[in-house]
Amino acid sequence: MEQRTVGKVLIGNYEDLPVSLGKAVVVDDKELAVFRLSNGKVKAIENKCPHRGGVLSEGMVSGEHVFCPLHDWKINVSDGLVQAPDEGCVQTYRTTIEDDKVYVEITDK
Amino acid sequence: MAKKKLVLIGNGMAGIRAIEEILQLLPDQFDITVFGKEPYPNYNRIQLSKVLQGDTEIKDITLNEWQWYEDNGILLYPGETVTKIDKENQVVYTDKGKETAYDYLIIATGSNPFMLPLPGADKEGVTAFRDIEDCEKMIDASNHYKRAAVIGGGLLGLEAARGLLNLGMEVDVIHISDYLMERQLDRAAAELLQKELESQGMNFYLEKQTSEITGKKRVTGLKFKDGGAIPADLVVMAVGIKPNVALAQESGVDVNRGIIVNDHMETNVPNIYAVGECAEHREMVYGLVAPLYEQGQALAKHICGMNHQGYKGSVLSTQLKVSGVDVFSTGLINETADSKSIKVFDEWQNTYKKILVQDDKLTGAVLFGDTKEGTKLLSLIKKGANVQEYLESQQASDDGESIVAAMSDEEIICGCNGVSKGTIVNAIKNDGLTTVEQVKGKTNASRSCGTCKNLVSDLLTDTLGDEYEADTKESICACTDLTRDEVVAEIREKGLTHSKEVMNVLEWKTEEGCSKCKPALNYYLGMVYPEEHEDERESRFVNERLHANIQKDGTYSVVPRMYGGVTNAEDLRTIADVAEKYEVGMIKLTGGQRIDLLGVKKEDLPDVWKDLGMPSGYAYGKSVRTVKTCVGAEFCRFGTQDSTGMGIQLEKKFEGLNTPHKVKMGVSACPRNCAEGGIKDVGVVGLDGVWEVYVGGNGGTDLRKAELLVKVKTQQEVLEYTAAFLQYYRENASYLERTSHYVERVGIEHVQEIVNDDQLRSELNARMDQALSVYQEPWSNVLESETTLKDLYQKVTAK
Repeated sequence: MEQRTVGKVLIGNYEDLPVSLGKAVVVDDKELAVFRLSNGKVKAIENKCPHRGGVLSEGMVSGEHVFCPLHDWKINVSDGLVQAPDEGCVQTYRTTIEDDKVYVEITDK
Repeated sequence: MAKKKLVLIGNGMAGIRAIEEILQLLPDQFDITVFGKEPYPNYNRIQLSKVLQGDTEIKDITLNEWQWYEDNGILLYPGETVTKIDKENQVVYTDKGKETAYDYLIIATGSNPFMLPLPGADKEGVTAFRDIEDCEKMIDASNHYKRAAVIGGGLLGLEAARGLLNLGMEVDVIHISDYLMERQLDRAAAELLQKELESQGMNFYLEKQTSEITGKKRVTGLKFKDGGAIPADLVVMAVGIKPNVALAQESGVDVNRGIIVNDHMETNVPNIYAVGECAEHREMVYGLVAPLYEQGQALAKHICGMNHQGYKGSVLSTQLKVSGVDVFSTGLINETADSKSIKVFDEWQNTYKKILVQDDKLTGAVLFGDTKEGTKLLSLIKKGANVQEYLESQQASDDGESIVAAMSDEEIICGCNGVSKGTIVNAIKNDGLTTVEQVKGKTNASRSCGTCKNLVSDLLTDTLGDEYEADTKESICACTDLTRDEVVAEIREKGLTHSKEVMNVLEWKTEEGCSKCKPALNYYLGMVYPEEHEDERESRFVNERLHANIQKDGTYSVVPRMYGGVTNAEDLRTIADVAEKYEVGMIKLTGGQRIDLLGVKKEDLPDVWKDLGMPSGYAYGKSVRTVKTCVGAEFCRFGTQDSTGMGIQLEKKFEGLNTPHKVKMGVSACPRNCAEGGIKDVGVVGLDGVWEVYVGGNGGTDLRKAELLVKVKTQQEVLEYTAAFLQYYRENASYLERTSHYVERVGIEHVQEIVNDDQLRSELNARMDQALSVYQEPWSNVLESETTLKDLYQKVTAK
């Protein structure tokens, strides 16, 4: 299938993201979980736990991790890795903030 | 001095156990090489049935990870078989052409499943139940086929059969004897067992001998000697094991049924030893786990040159690892001409106990239904105790005296991982362990099936005495070493007001906590400062943050408040309209007499609440949920009190109260207890002129009967005592501790003492009123707050 770069997508104002919580963002046919961490960074990952598809944007956020609300899997929001004893990973997306606007970089087929 | 070369043939439980014992005695004296046929590190074979039954994964039954071999400098060759032992030159040869010299050689080749030499036994779909590969074969078969036949109604056969049922297969068990587990049980216990297993879905053919396995390439069924036949797509043979002695025999080691060893596990050949299922000691070959630990210990002491009396044989005990069936047996189990027995058969509770006595000494026991006494009996039988000692210990057990005190240091506490009492006690003393979790981490005891957890806890009490009492409460989570009580005390003393502050000041190991401590701290802060604490929405689990129940597909369920379970036509109409408008997936009555609207999209939640115009039912919260009621005096011909009215008052009073865990209540108006108060956190039963208040019941995971807290005369008193109880629970229980566990922990007498003290009760009531005073209805709250609506409920769509 042909590869195309969706590129940078504006998802909203930085100030509109709730602190230490996730937000579900729909981009085309994808759903992302976007987190504004307490250290000010914004992270975006696929909004689906690799275990049973739990909605990660509703998970509890601690530092750079989110706990899936369905079965408490712990997932790193920076590299997408599931933490031991569970295994797996979720897709991560790069985010940038320019003039209070938050963008997500999406590459996809 | 050069290290001695130690070679182990067989990477199973027995051999590795012996190595572990040796490493403990003389850690750096041996160059150790291990050859194992299976391509796995050492795993716990007795837990295989749990893997098959779906409770456990293979990685959970691994006893020694690859890392362990590396850490201990052990050279492991998995998937490699030793084919020849040259006893003169002390060298072993493998199927991959390796030669390894030894100073000491341990043969621990275990046993092979005994496969009946039936016509058709070589067909596809016929398997043993012995190793991980067999397990995988059975799981795989269950994905394609329906009918399984298990040949053998012994321990292993029944565990396999239970596993196959769990995998969704229809299971027939064929057994040659006329009752099950005849080696471990007597007829009475076996019949109870059969009834129980039949109710779980197993089908039995007793006194049947298979004559042929039918089918072309793959098995299609079984034929019996007496002419009958049954269809089957999978045949599991679990009729026994035979010691794997071929290698020893070919190498000139003396063999009878097993490899013959003396009390030091020595064979007739110098420097060659045997342990485990392949060994025969005093004409006994063992197929259970306990002996191999004892043998391993004897062998290690001998090889390390320590003075040791050697191995004297084992008293065996058996437990069936099938959920919902408690069976235990040990020692001699069938009556003889000169034995007497103590028998207790309780048909009502479906329990059976038989204890065999010979010359006033205990020689064996069979327990069905209630196996709590198993460890005690095993210990007594092992030391050949007098029957009088047992009878006395039975009386003493009411005084709470623990059996572990009487055990010797060598006795095994954890049967899965072979951890002795001595090992645990030493670890507690030398490493300053104070919790079961720590013992688990340090010694492996109770890491597998967990049945010995109580014994480990008893050992802690026994070893630490009063110190343990102070330390029994475990830390909140891995982020801190502090216990719940310590954290709450610090919050009060230092006036800490925010989770982050608590974590900072009390030096949390993680920056922002985890999914366990965050909600706990938020609760404790709210409990300590009901009026000042600002609830932290980011510390709330999704259900409590969004005020609806998350479902597995990410939709939510909505339960409107319905005081006492009473509704009216108008409300029902509204609920029906809302259900239709938002196309809810299902309308269902909950176990607590409320209406649940399932499958609501998160974005729709605010509109659903708006259209309902009802308060939130808190069916999602760690808070007071519902008060279930019976019809009561108003309509019921038996009702003596207004239970519905009482229930409504309770529900209105405690609506929205944050509690350590969910709180459910029930109010009935006669002893028939239709609202099932006996299994509620608070159960109220109205009798003629009196109300009984029960607390600490639970109908969920750990079924527990509520205990009578108090009898009072008026509805006002019911409210007052309930408030005192709930407030005391709020202030003292750990977060996520149900009232049932809490009451169990502190004892009903303690709680009674508190709430019956007039002054304490009135103080508790005052603090309860304070906690209730800040309550705000969450649904209408959300609807009024633009920010909350935007932050929590709106979905963003990027263009």
